[in-house]
Amino acid sequence: MTTQFKMDAPQRPLLDRTEQGVIHRPLDRPEGPLKVSGRAHYAAERQLPGQVEGVLVRATIARGRLAGMNAEEVRAMPGVLGVFSDERFLRNPAQGGAGEAPVQGVREIFYHGQPIALVVAETLEQARHAAANLRPSYEEAEAQVDPATASDVDRPDKRRLDQGDLDRAMAEARASVDVTYTTPPHHSAAMELHASVASWEGERLTLHGSYQMLKYNKAELADSLGIPEENVRVLSPFVGGGFGSKLGISPEAVAAAIAARDLGRPVRVVMTRQQVFSMVTHRTSTRQRIRLAADEEGRLTGIGHEDRVYNLPDEVFSEPTTQSTHFLYAGANRRLGQEVARVNRACTGSVRAPGEAVGMLALEGAMDELARVLHMDPIDLRRRNIPDRHPEQDIPYSARRLADCMDQGARAFGWSPGSRREGEWLVGQGMAAAARINMVAPSEARVTLRGDGTALVETDMTDIGTGTYAILGQIAGEMLGLPVASVDVRLGDTDLPPAAGSGGSHGASSAGSSVFLACQGLRATLAERLGCEAEDLTLKDGVATGGNFRADLVDLLSGGDLSEEGKFEPGETADDASQAGYGAFFAEVAVNRITGETRVLRMLGTFAAGRILNEKTARSQCQGGMIWGIGAALTEELSFDPRDGHAVNDDLAEYHLPVNADCPPIEVHFLDERDEMSCPIQTKGVGELGISGAGAAVLNAIFDATGIRVRDYPATLDKVLAGLPD
Amino acid sequence: MQVDLTVNGVRHALDLDPRVTLLDALRHDLGLTGSKKGCDHGQCGACTVLVNGRRINACLALAVMHEGDEITTVEGLGEPGALHPLQAAFVTHDGFQCGYCTPGQVVSACGMLGEVREGWPSHVSVDLEGPVDLSDVEISERMSGNLCRCAAYTGINEAIREASAKSEAAE
Ligand code: FES
Ligand code: FES
Repeated sequence: MTTQFKMDAPQRPLLDRTEQGVIHRPLDRPEGPLKVSGRAHYAAERQLPGQVEGVLVRATIARGRLAGMNAEEVRAMPGVLGVFSDERFLRNPAQGGAGEAPVQGVREIFYHGQPIALVVAETLEQARHAAANLRPSYEEAEAQVDPATASDVDRPDKRRLDQGDLDRAMAEARASVDVTYTTPPHHSAAMELHASVASWEGERLTLHGSYQMLKYNKAELADSLGIPEENVRVLSPFVGGGFGSKLGISPEAVAAAIAARDLGRPVRVVMTRQQVFSMVTHRTSTRQRIRLAADEEGRLTGIGHEDRVYNLPDEVFSEPTTQSTHFLYAGANRRLGQEVARVNRACTGSVRAPGEAVGMLALEGAMDELARVLHMDPIDLRRRNIPDRHPEQDIPYSARRLADCMDQGARAFGWSPGSRREGEWLVGQGMAAAARINMVAPSEARVTLRGDGTALVETDMTDIGTGTYAILGQIAGEMLGLPVASVDVRLGDTDLPPAAGSGGSHGASSAGSSVFLACQGLRATLAERLGCEAEDLTLKDGVATGGNFRADLVDLLSGGDLSEEGKFEPGETADDASQAGYGAFFAEVAVNRITGETRVLRMLGTFAAGRILNEKTARSQCQGGMIWGIGAALTEELSFDPRDGHAVNDDLAEYHLPVNADCPPIEVHFLDERDEMSCPIQTKGVGELGISGAGAAVLNAIFDATGIRVRDYPATLDKVLAGLPD
Repeated sequence: MQVDLTVNGVRHALDLDPRVTLLDALRHDLGLTGSKKGCDHGQCGACTVLVNGRRINACLALAVMHEGDEITTVEGLGEPGALHPLQAAFVTHDGFQCGYCTPGQVVSACGMLGEVREGWPSHVSVDLEGPVDLSDVEISERMSGNLCRCAAYTGINEAIREASAKSEAAE
């Protein structure tokens, strides 16, 4: 049986009336023991009989055609089984949720680092050596690699908004700022390298891959290969981080599948770290002009937010930089817009919190600047500009505790800005608001109550570190009155019901709702068997009570399994209210007066994101996001060579992720909230909220400590040093 | 080339291409995939193993260099149902998310606590001689060769602190 539900109206919080008491609790991840003992198997760790190794080869020019290569010579090298360069090979990785083939064909070269061939050999050592000896020749063409000077620039209509008269609002403002911020390209740099193991059984392809959204990945793979979807199975039970870079399929999957078909043997292709930097999507750089106009009391009369980003020609994705600017603050006169420079650089796409992750860095910096102009506390300025209704669409907000987050966060942090000196260090504090739109997506799951009174949850949803195994078990346990130890969760296999996948922080709400719905169906059947109304049914610790009846769950099941599918679909509530997660970041930094080095001394985030399903995994998500904020603020910057557009610092020694010693203890608080407009379990996304604004709190703290306003992220020593007194 | 590797107490006689790294020998030839590959260049720490009790990046060593050495991987520290105290503490404190850097973190922490017991100073140690006080800065400094993109550092440090306090109490 199937329980279907479309989110057309707010939902009563049933999870507040169930009695098992496992929702919200900070329970350990059920898959934890496998992960900490090295028994969780990731994509590259499949070892199938007869399996051989493939190594990808990349283009070393930015634009042109592949004229030829010494394939024959390489084929003759020890152990080499084949050199493949097929028109079905992916030129660009697929964007998140594409569900169809991305740009294919590798003879035409559009960026440095584009895949052009795959060399397959019996062993990795042989394949690697042979790949290094493959020498392509090119017919080079002129390339555009610099987004600042690119001649081909799009101005997408969907990113443009003109409301009222911003120029006039600026001219008449009592206080205003007109500033330009820049953010450099960022890379997801998930720790697990992108990897695929492809094997065929007749017409059927099985791909062990490292992907976030399996039902789309299956469709992308089938379309790329020109085979029916039902002949493709994708498995990703464990994913070593994704952060957007594994939303869509990447070149290694298709190359592995083509080679495996041809050779009649399973083929494993693992990207090198350097290849990851060019062959999967990264985040564009941004140049953002922000204008804020305010009256004498700090009420915004106008907001302008215009940005320039880049992507390859014809890619439809562009960073939605101004996403939260649309709804976060008041201001009647508004101008938002975007320019997309078309360049021959690796493909850009979603990286954790596309839009807010960089847009909020600029907006929240500018708000801090406005507060300084007005001599106002930055919390007061923000509080004063929380709109009653959406300033562009005249719709209400769903649950929104921004003011509470700022107030409670300030108290918990001990908010007291003002520079002080400690030896050679200048210490200061900064804050920023957090905001990230909330989304849900269609998702399906099957829940089976087994005759022995345990349950099984099945869906092709993924757990990319987000805690899916934990929370789906908790939802089923809560709804069915079972301890989480009695619930098994199977994920990451396209043979299971298709889920929303992990992306846009919609996984917990969407997949969670599908599990909730399936359990609702099971509860209805159990109530019927017990002889009571579904509303009166209580399930706790394997016992059902309701009406005047009471029975053990196993007796109600009488030895048989009971299975139900849940299908969740977004509905009208998505348009009826502006939905977002909110929060506030606080940072205390020390800036060295001699070297310009910034150390984050402590950081705190307070968030309201609807119901929190597991306080432990949600906290980890937010801490992780805030540390990404530290990275954006201080260290992360992917550089492209201005001559040929190749990624220069394409490894983990030169692309500076925050390391342990960069990170202070991160404190996270959640406010109690239910968002009844979001989904039937009243949750909102948390995975991206923690990054959306975090870096701005750090740079605002640097200003508080030193009076130096860095507008070009990241605030490396050279930029701070330039402003320090001699 | 013929090489004898002792891994987690078990001796293996292998016939290896001399180019095979210790990491690939573990992962591909011995099926011990607990040690992870995050960069293959000694930059991330995901491949950390113990060689005669000392932590190294297995991707930077050739397997043939380790004839006769005692190698310990994450699989050798514990298993589900019988976790090493560090592994158990990582679970309790959520010292991971995706879990990919985790085996390296756990093995590295194990080696690191050994270094501390032996009184090795670090860059942030106040004194170069004498016992090391395992402060938060010491843990962070000594664990900074192990990157975690999920940024589970708060949990990682809490787990290490707890496991080390417990083992001290037991001594
Ligand atoms: S894989 Fe060895 S240090 Fe990264
Ligand atoms: S847990 Fe994902 S990289 Fe550390």
